[in-house]
Amino acid sequence: MRRDQKKLQKRYIFLIVYFILLFIPIYWMLITSLKYDTEILSGLTIFPKELTFKNYVEIFTSSTWMNSFRNSLTYVFLNVIIVLVVAIPGAYAFSRYNFLGDKHLFFWLLTNRMAPAAIFIVPFTELFFTLGIHDTHLAVALGHSLFNIPLAIWILEGFMSGIPKEIDETAFVDGYSFPHFFRKIFFPLVAPGIGVTAFFSFTFSWVELIIAKAATITEAKPVVVTLTVGIGAEGVKWGLLAAAGVLTIIPGAIVVYFVRNYMAKGFALGRV
Amino acid sequence: MKYDNRAWLFLVPALAVMALSAFIPLMTVVNYSLHYIFSGSIPEFVGFANFVDVMRDSAFRGALGRQLLFSVSILAVEIPLGIAIALSMPKKGIGVAISLVLLGIPLLIPYNVVGIVWRLFSQSDIGLIAEVLSWVGYEYNVSLDPVDAPVTLFLLDVWHWTPLVALLSYAGYLAIPDAFYRAAEIDGASRWKVFRFVILPKLRPVLVLAFLLRFMDSFKIYAEPLLLTGGGPGNTTTFMSLFVARKAQSYELGYAGAASLIYLFIVIVMSYIFFQLLNKLGSGESQKA
Repeated sequence: MRRDQKKLQKRYIFLIVYFILLFIPIYWMLITSLKYDTEILSGLTIFPKELTFKNYVEIFTSSTWMNSFRNSLTYVFLNVIIVLVVAIPGAYAFSRYNFLGDKHLFFWLLTNRMAPAAIFIVPFTELFFTLGIHDTHLAVALGHSLFNIPLAIWILEGFMSGIPKEIDETAFVDGYSFPHFFRKIFFPLVAPGIGVTAFFSFTFSWVELIIAKAATITEAKPVVVTLTVGIGAEGVKWGLLAAAGVLTIIPGAIVVYFVRNYMAKGFALGRV
Repeated sequence: MKYDNRAWLFLVPALAVMALSAFIPLMTVVNYSLHYIFSGSIPEFVGFANFVDVMRDSAFRGALGRQLLFSVSILAVEIPLGIAIALSMPKKGIGVAISLVLLGIPLLIPYNVVGIVWRLFSQSDIGLIAEVLSWVGYEYNVSLDPVDAPVTLFLLDVWHWTPLVALLSYAGYLAIPDAFYRAAEIDGASRWKVFRFVILPKLRPVLVLAFLLRFMDSFKIYAEPLLLTGGGPGNTTTFMSLFVARKAQSYELGYAGAASLIYLFIVIVMSYIFFQLLNKLGSGESQKA
């Protein structure tokens, strides 16, 4: 018994050390965001000598920053809606039917999740200009569908295949029409999967940089692009950058709070 | 097997969007790759000449070599480390929720913000790394030293993505019924044997997934080197995405198109091979166990 306890302690020491290492860089960003620029540049301090929120105030009062945050949230929501609307029926097809070319189609969809976004910079720019939607939220939302629709179909198909087919059949025998069955029976059953899918679509769209940059100039400029401007130049405002970095973590954290109960299930299915 | 092709109807909306966001752009790239394109003049059809140029280009091969080395090294560290973390996590109690939340946080940070986090952390005049290493007499400089830059990028990736491997492994670990351990205990199996013949085979599906996700995504790494080092010093952190993006942004569209297609081909073929290989290896092992 004693030996077991010792073993347990060793395990936890490893885990705690790991978590500390994991949090040092984040802590560093957090305290940098709370320092004055002079202190950031004047040498190393583990805790700010003078705590300041001026970097955050500057962001919240700057229309460039606030517009960027608004743009990002707009196209991310638009993307999640597009993805869910087309991926739910798509995943239903893959989970319930055998059809000509289904395996190939599924693999082709997944290859788009693998495709590096860098190769699409010029084609996307051209396409969006041709369609007249360049520099709009819709352009970014469409661009992000490239990798989010395959991912969504993949995750949802996993969840839907976990629901027995007999449920569909029983409902049809009971005289449910398809839309009625879908809304009243199937949708509630697959709701956790939709929650997980929405979370991942949200996250991947929120963090994406290459396509968001290629599809926008000024009107729909996202926060990830605003963040990168000015890096590498002389006199970078490190404090401001750190504060903006801290703020970009918040939306994801809020979403994760809402879907926290479904997450474990999604991971257990091995689809995320 | 009976086909029901009505299923295609359910896929019409998804395929319509994918046509716009995947198929048309890809065909545009194919089109570029077969032409010499200079701004102001009419594109000239040149067949596969661009592909030959790309294959002969030492800059392309350099980027590909660095990319392979990078992906292999992060996989070699992230997978074992992720398993180790998952196995040392508590299985019940308040510790579970805390560990899961802590592991989740790095995954929520946008890629370019990860670059910024590490820039703040490693930049020589404001960062912690340089300061700490100078105590032991090492002069660390991420933007000038050709070894420090890729090593820092490697640490960044391990820092950012090991939690994903750990989360996936943990989910697989929790799914192993206690009866398996009791049976192993009765058989008098050593701890290593329990790990090798009970835990590892059960983790196979999640590990295949972790391996594939990490391979695909590390092969696409772009924002992190862009923000941390800008691809430098020299070309030491110019990986494939950065290389292709630079070519496209300098309007060498024919060359960029051909390089893109070779790049895409490598990613898809390697992912497919890994997938088949790992599935086969894994299933053979679980039968033995």
